[in-house]
Amino acid sequence: MDWITTVDHKKIAILYLWAGGLFFGIGGLEAILIRIQLIKPMNTFLDAQTFNELITMHGTTMIFLGVMPVIFALMNAVIPLQIGARDVAFPFLNSLGFWTFLFGGLLLNLSWVMGGAPDAGWTAYTPLSGKGYSASHGVDFYTIGLQIAGLGTLIGGINFLATIITMRAPGMSFMRMPMFAWATFITSAIILFAFPAVTVGLVLLTFDRILDANFFDVAGGGNPVLWQHIFWIFGHPEVYILILPAFGIISEVIPTFSRKRLFGYSSMVFATILIAFLGFMVWAHHMFTTGLGPVANALFSVSTMLIAVPTGIKIFNWLFTMWGGQVRFTTPNLFAAGFIPTFTMGGVTGVMLASAPADFQFHDTYFVVAHFHYVIVGGLVLGLFAGLHYWWPKMFGRMLSESLGKWTFWTFIIGFHLTFFVQHFLGLMGMQRRVFTYLPNQQFDTLNLVSTVGAFLMGVGMIIFLVNVFLTSRRPADAPDDPWEDGRTLEWTIPSPPPEYNFKQTPLVRGLDAFWKEKMAGHKGMTPAEPVGPIHMPSATILPFLMSVGIFIAGLGFMFSRDEFSSSIMSFLFNNYIVTALGLLITFGSMLMRSLFDDHGWHIEPEELEGR
Amino acid sequence: MMKTWQAGKRLLPMTAALGLLLAGCGREDLSVLRPQGPVAESSYGLMKLSITIMIVVLLIVFSIAAYVWIRFRRKKDQDEIPEQVEGSFKLEVLWTVIPLILVIVLAIPTVKVVFAAGNDHSDDKDAIKVKVTGHQYWWEFEYKDYGITTAQDLIIPTGKHIAFELSTKDVLHSFWVPSLAGKMDTNPDGTVNRFSFSAPNEGVYRGKCAELCGPSHGFMEFKVKAVSGDAFEKWIASMKAPESVMPEDPVLAEKFKSQCLSCHAIGSMPASPVAPSLTGIGSRESVAGILLNDDTREDGAPVLENLKTWLHDPQSVKPGNKMPNPKDRGLSDEEIDGIAEFLAGYTLD
Ligand code: HEM
Ligand SMILES: [Cu+2]
Repeated sequence: MDWITTVDHKKIAILYLWAGGLFFGIGGLEAILIRIQLIKPMNTFLDAQTFNELITMHGTTMIFLGVMPVIFALMNAVIPLQIGARDVAFPFLNSLGFWTFLFGGLLLNLSWVMGGAPDAGWTAYTPLSGKGYSASHGVDFYTIGLQIAGLGTLIGGINFLATIITMRAPGMSFMRMPMFAWATFITSAIILFAFPAVTVGLVLLTFDRILDANFFDVAGGGNPVLWQHIFWIFGHPEVYILILPAFGIISEVIPTFSRKRLFGYSSMVFATILIAFLGFMVWAHHMFTTGLGPVANALFSVSTMLIAVPTGIKIFNWLFTMWGGQVRFTTPNLFAAGFIPTFTMGGVTGVMLASAPADFQFHDTYFVVAHFHYVIVGGLVLGLFAGLHYWWPKMFGRMLSESLGKWTFWTFIIGFHLTFFVQHFLGLMGMQRRVFTYLPNQQFDTLNLVSTVGAFLMGVGMIIFLVNVFLTSRRPADAPDDPWEDGRTLEWTIPSPPPEYNFKQTPLVRGLDAFWKEKMAGHKGMTPAEPVGPIHMPSATILPFLMSVGIFIAGLGFMFSRDEFSSSIMSFLFNNYIVTALGLLITFGSMLMRSLFDDHGWHIEPEELEGR
Repeated sequence: MMKTWQAGKRLLPMTAALGLLLAGCGREDLSVLRPQGPVAESSYGLMKLSITIMIVVLLIVFSIAAYVWIRFRRKKDQDEIPEQVEGSFKLEVLWTVIPLILVIVLAIPTVKVVFAAGNDHSDDKDAIKVKVTGHQYWWEFEYKDYGITTAQDLIIPTGKHIAFELSTKDVLHSFWVPSLAGKMDTNPDGTVNRFSFSAPNEGVYRGKCAELCGPSHGFMEFKVKAVSGDAFEKWIASMKAPESVMPEDPVLAEKFKSQCLSCHAIGSMPASPVAPSLTGIGSRESVAGILLNDDTREDGAPVLENLKTWLHDPQSVKPGNKMPNPKDRGLSDEEIDGIAEFLAGYTLD
């Protein structure tokens, strides 16, 4: 019950982590099934329809439900601590964001047991995703599930923006903010601008499918290419929503384990902003082969290539952070070290793809599959692993086992390169992506086998990580405040795990890497910026949970509103939008409750704080 | 600009070496890395240039990383605090400018090739114009100037520009012959795409659909058969000469007419919008685009056998395809075999 009603950012972080872990596991299983099917030509392990459902759900699940919540988990766990705040700006909204995300994700995955998962690819290109060609409810689960989950992401993003703008500790100017906080800030800004686009797109597609609208139907005056534009105007920034937090994590981990401040801090900030900005200008590089014409293709080619410049700045700054330092290969830093070359390889294939006439050959082949897995798995997932191992003691008060961590690293990264490196060549040799099988004698056989073996090795790495988590959870929570000994930022000045109120006294920040600065000045902790006083805390509440349940029910109701059921009662309930109305009633009722009954929260008194 | 070109030239030897290496990858009739025509050649040129630049970048990053990890590894009882360097304006400018130059080196030829004229020959009097229509899961090729329509096998004369007009009858597909040219999507009417390629050498090239289009997307293949100009004229002539093409057995002929020709067209019949034309199917490279009619290869079979495989159960060959099972249409096994034999013998000379 405690977990359902909590509004504490640290607990919500843990909820995000479990939810993300769950979906990541589902997405991983889907990936393994896909790779088993492709292990040899003309395999009959899966049928074509199931395969298409699996690739669609794998992509959708991984991007929206697998890595996003883990990113949000780390942001929730760390951001208030790093900027010296007692919570996020809107704890109630924070909880609402999580629950809408979770129920959206559950709705999407319900499709597996409710008559067919979406099957039009995670990009859901029309007309294939239209009712005419995808007649099951699969794509409805996609549009409505993602709509609900996206709501949660948008809420979360706005919350972080407000938190970072208004709740930094005294002395922490923007240019003294840790890089991970910067990354979170910029990421949230991208979310704010990109998610409305997909919201609109999903509404239009839902209307096409459920209310017979014609937005994407040529016969009715619509245009299917319009969907691609809307999708990628969101979709391209989305990949930066994923990678910028990883950049942020790497920028925290490398300095800590090199015992040096981040090289070129201000150019890092500048590069991050530039990447975000350019990220909005290049969506059509996903559409070179749609027939945009040479002018558009040339413009989008060049603007895409430009992203390599700020990205390059970052990579060299990381390398020179280690230059002259004392590099320690702890598990988090091992992952950060693996990140640099792996991500660089994904970046350079990105530049290759950006050359439109060359992309006519690369596009929709396994070369692209290799590219985006190098950035998403080789970049983001390695980054997340670095971050999880790094902040685990802060989140849970327990150090993960270093030796198991190293095993995780080596199996995972070797498996990763085995799986995806060869896919570059598969693409160049003529293998399209999203094929459920391939004919023999095209020289695809061996490379596909290698790829599948690699995927299994990655799976082994994941299992070792889970074992590590399980074993660690059974040990006593005795991690010190600053377990890595070279912590530089504010989160390492308070106990692990932190008390509910984070900081007994808000710290005074006197420079970049505030804690390190104090340590160098010979101090044990931070100088407080305020006397000990009562701390205001928000009350726990179940309303966010109820609101999300309401939206979930409304979504299901809307989706089935045109169906004929064998039972007349069911038909009556759904066809008259009664279920939809009931769901909305729960949601709006909860909102009403929230506005009618003021809850002023509660206080922790100074005596209690001192009595600890 | 001179400078950037020189930088580009300096990369040439490595580009050449790389080209040789990559050329070992894949089949000649399928691999992007073994281009068989000028259009694929120009994509390949850009690919070689970009791979070369990117390998240089990777080598630099990898070596700095390796050096740093080894050289600055924390040693036992190393405890002094390293200098907290703020950054270095010079270095940071350096690694802003170098990538910028590399990007320019790649961007200039990219833009050139993007605009390279001649990729649209729709007004070219000499070009062969072909209207390509994608269907779930087969390809239709219409030669408007000659008034003929065929499917699955695209016959082209060597050395001539082929000007394509691409569209789809249902969902999006993408028309791709890796060894001849990059792909181009087939959009619904209203957003028709045009492009062109040519094949200097005779041969059969493998074509694919590159846009997810449903369960049998992976099986939506076709063949491009480049033949001499004479052979092409002969093929056109034989396609245009309507022969009496019907099974000899009148019962079978009746079944064929009522059950097959309700969707398919043969000879001089007007092309059907729902099913591939069957004219001269006995001399095609494949049945259904994927069953290879070549009994000299282990993945091929005689055309008769392939036709039987297809006619006895189309769904098991291409899941989700739109052809009804002949058995459900009241044809007996013998009749199906009879029709297969008739079709296998229906060749163009
Ligand atoms: C230097 C940086 C990058 C460049 C120049 C770049 C360029 C490109 C280009 C041109 C494509 C389209 C390829 C095609 O479909 O033919 C593409 C696809 C993709 N990229 Fe990147 N990219 C970069 C970084 C990233 C990052 C950081 C991510 C994610 C974290 C990412 C994720 C993806 C994904 C998911 C796709 C495939 C989308 C799909 O078709 O399903 N890329 N990239
Ligand atoms: Cu297709």
